[in-house]
Amino acid sequence: MGNHSDGSPNHSGTVATAGQNVVEKFQDPGLPPHRLRLADTDPRAAKRAERQVAILFGISVIGTVIFLVSYFAIDLHTDGSIATIRNQNLLLGLGTAFAMLGIGTGIVHWAKALMPDHEVSEERHAIRTEEDRQAAVRIVEDIVEETGIKRRPLIRNTLLGAVALAPLPALAVFGDLGPRPDDKLAHTMWAPQDGKLKRLTRDPDGTPIKASDVTIGSAFHVIPEGLNELQEGKLNAKAKAVVLLMRLNPDDLTISKGRETWSYNGIVAYSKICTHVGCPVALYEQQTHHLLCPCHQSTFDLTKECKVIFGPASRPLPQLPIAVDAEGYLVATSDFKEPVGPSYWERDEHERLINS
Amino acid sequence: MSASSTAEVPFVPETKVGRITDFVDQRVGGSGILREFGRKVFPDHWSFMFGEVALYSFVILLMSGTFLTFFFDPSMAETHYSGSYTPLTNVEMSVAYNSSLNISFDIRGGLFFRQVHHWAALLFVASLGVHMLRVFFTGAFRKPREMNWVVGGVLLILAMAEGFTGYSLPDDLLSGNGLRIIDGVIKSIPVIGTYISFFLFGGEFPGTAIIGRLYVLHILLVPAMILLMIVIHLFMVVVHKHTQYPGPGRNDGNVVGYPLGPVYAAKAGGFFFIVFGVVALMAAMFTINPIWNYGPYDPSPVSAGTQPDWYIGFVDGALRLMPGVVNDFHFEYIIFGHVLTLNVLLPALVPAGIIFTVLFTYPWIERWITKDDREHHVLDRPRNAPTRTAIGVAGFTWYCVMWAAAGSDLIATHFHVALNDVTYWLRTLFFIGPIIAFMVTKRVALALQRKDREIALHGRETGRIVRLPHGEFIEVHAPLDDYKHYKLVGFESPSPSAAEPNENGVVTPKEKRRAALSKWFFEDRVAPATPAELEAAHGHGHHEAIESGEEHKSLSH
Repeated sequence: MGNHSDGSPNHSGTVATAGQNVVEKFQDPGLPPHRLRLADTDPRAAKRAERQVAILFGISVIGTVIFLVSYFAIDLHTDGSIATIRNQNLLLGLGTAFAMLGIGTGIVHWAKALMPDHEVSEERHAIRTEEDRQAAVRIVEDIVEETGIKRRPLIRNTLLGAVALAPLPALAVFGDLGPRPDDKLAHTMWAPQDGKLKRLTRDPDGTPIKASDVTIGSAFHVIPEGLNELQEGKLNAKAKAVVLLMRLNPDDLTISKGRETWSYNGIVAYSKICTHVGCPVALYEQQTHHLLCPCHQSTFDLTKECKVIFGPASRPLPQLPIAVDAEGYLVATSDFKEPVGPSYWERDEHERLINS
Repeated sequence: MSASSTAEVPFVPETKVGRITDFVDQRVGGSGILREFGRKVFPDHWSFMFGEVALYSFVILLMSGTFLTFFFDPSMAETHYSGSYTPLTNVEMSVAYNSSLNISFDIRGGLFFRQVHHWAALLFVASLGVHMLRVFFTGAFRKPREMNWVVGGVLLILAMAEGFTGYSLPDDLLSGNGLRIIDGVIKSIPVIGTYISFFLFGGEFPGTAIIGRLYVLHILLVPAMILLMIVIHLFMVVVHKHTQYPGPGRNDGNVVGYPLGPVYAAKAGGFFFIVFGVVALMAAMFTINPIWNYGPYDPSPVSAGTQPDWYIGFVDGALRLMPGVVNDFHFEYIIFGHVLTLNVLLPALVPAGIIFTVLFTYPWIERWITKDDREHHVLDRPRNAPTRTAIGVAGFTWYCVMWAAAGSDLIATHFHVALNDVTYWLRTLFFIGPIIAFMVTKRVALALQRKDREIALHGRETGRIVRLPHGEFIEVHAPLDDYKHYKLVGFESPSPSAAEPNENGVVTPKEKRRAALSKWFFEDRVAPATPAELEAAHGHGHHEAIESGEEHKSLSH
């Protein structure tokens, strides 16, 4: 069986090989001699291997039985507790595992111990003959030549133009996959409705928040009043409108010009949607007054109007202007003064639109 | 065979199996194919199994996925939960999440199938990746297999797409946050980003369309493409025949291994059951994606320490590593009244873009540098191609740095280090990690080659110390047998090829660059030992006298 041909591949001369002029290499000794296995020489070993394979197949049968019994014997409708489901999952899984591993290991053991293990050497035939190769190239060249496409650039160029344009309808039919964005991203539910300012309410139950409930150091997850009552598009509205409300010592806050009236007694409200890619900025570090986004670790400094101090975000979180109404509840005096959430191509345009 | 040869006695199979074979053959005519493939020789090596694992996990995915489609409802309509899992009773959720919970808790075996499906998906992408690493490091992508390498790369991308679309379907809190990140990334695309986002989600995020759309992609379009690519891939494997590792009796002109029937078919077929069994074992014992813990998607809550499935990790990690602001420079800036979000766009596109571009073009790059246009069917041991191996490890290191960055928060909490420091270190490693990996790997490969040379020339160390009559102690070296010896010396070691003038007698700048790269590729190579060197080694050594007295033992594993 052994192929005692020379091990060195055909030298094409394109790659220099070791010792340029003395192409001297060790001779390929050919395939190592075949070594007999125990089962080849000792009938008792062969018999033993046969029994082992049979036992493995037997284990598979047991696995299948385990699966069927645990499928039919455990009824989720009478007892659907988590523990039952877990147990059934375990038994079904172990049953399948034994059923499959029994067959798999049995067959492999059979192949390795009892089937012939002579390594065979087979000639590797070229993918195609040299003649075919040249003929193929000629055929393609002839075909292209007969079309005359190279000699008639007018045909070629108009065809290219037509083929380039033809898929456009296929793109255009996707036009109704969604509405045009227009300025939808520029507005949230916080805009006053019919002159009535929206109250800040607790997420998720929607109870309004009194300014007096907000003690120094506390933080609230906030949704706008009326969100829970929305019949449709609730998640869409919520995805833009969620807010974090915190109260700091007013002396700790650096307030820039134009935002003096946006906070109340050290109570500030910021969009919870990260300006990076839109995760909820859910972690408030009370001691350092940092807000941290758990997705990509953008960190915002609450005392500096949520300026980015670490991580991949590039813009501060938008601030929601708030005040207190006659009954002492916190209200938003207007919508955000800039689009919330991740940046997008038209964002700057929208910001100018909001402030005009 | 021909019907006209009536004079001869017609061939009648003797056994029952033979008669069945003959019956089928006379009706569908498969004898030619059977002759070609029935005893086709396949080389055997443990590292060839990664591709098989990928194939088999895909089969498992098709089977378990089909079961899941019978019960899953990809609707985002609102409903209130009324199933067996009491902590979520009466909670408002989408129909998709509701049906995922029902699959987990109210359908016998449903949880098991979900877990099989998820584990098999993780295994599918992992085995694909490891298979590609194997192909790269052994040089199996070289002529004539370049195009099959590209098909493999396409499969890897499709597998990640398939994984991500599937991950999003249950509409739980985690998958919803994953989609939200994708939405943020899409919106950062200049000019058309906002439109793509609105068209994908059917309006604003999250909308009510996305799950249904991803479902069609996940169960129809992407799997069909994967299947098509697998067919092309396997067809090309048949055309090329399998590669083989170098060794005695193996060369580019032959295939050494076991015949398809029965040994190879039995081993490969049995291996399918083993893969299935292992996936079933994982699904039985290890919870994966416990969607009931996370709750339905809601844009407000999020839990810390959540991770994407592992194969998306490198993109997520890149997003984390990119700083948004450096000193006072903001990576998001406004250009002609429009927003360019480089802090999202760059990390989302550039690293993945570089990795896949290099991956797809590498066979042609190496072919150009080495001017090697021959067919290769014998693999390289990674050490015998030090520069390629070093390039591969550098790329892999780069990938791993980004992948580690996706778990930066977990690294920080597990090892009690500052999150910021972890990020700073990973940012540094992002740039210097691949360089260090390249240098170290190349040196290790060269050192291993030198060790091989040493063993080939001086034999292996036996561990036996002998005291000579004059008092000197030496360790006895035993020569290898011919077969093991050949494994250490039977490889090619190309040297740099100098720039050559073209047909006009001009050495083009491009050719000069190629020559420079060729020098970089091959310059500090270690040539295999030659018979003359072996001769010389035996001539000078004082241990020769002792060695000759030794019985020739072969190196045992």
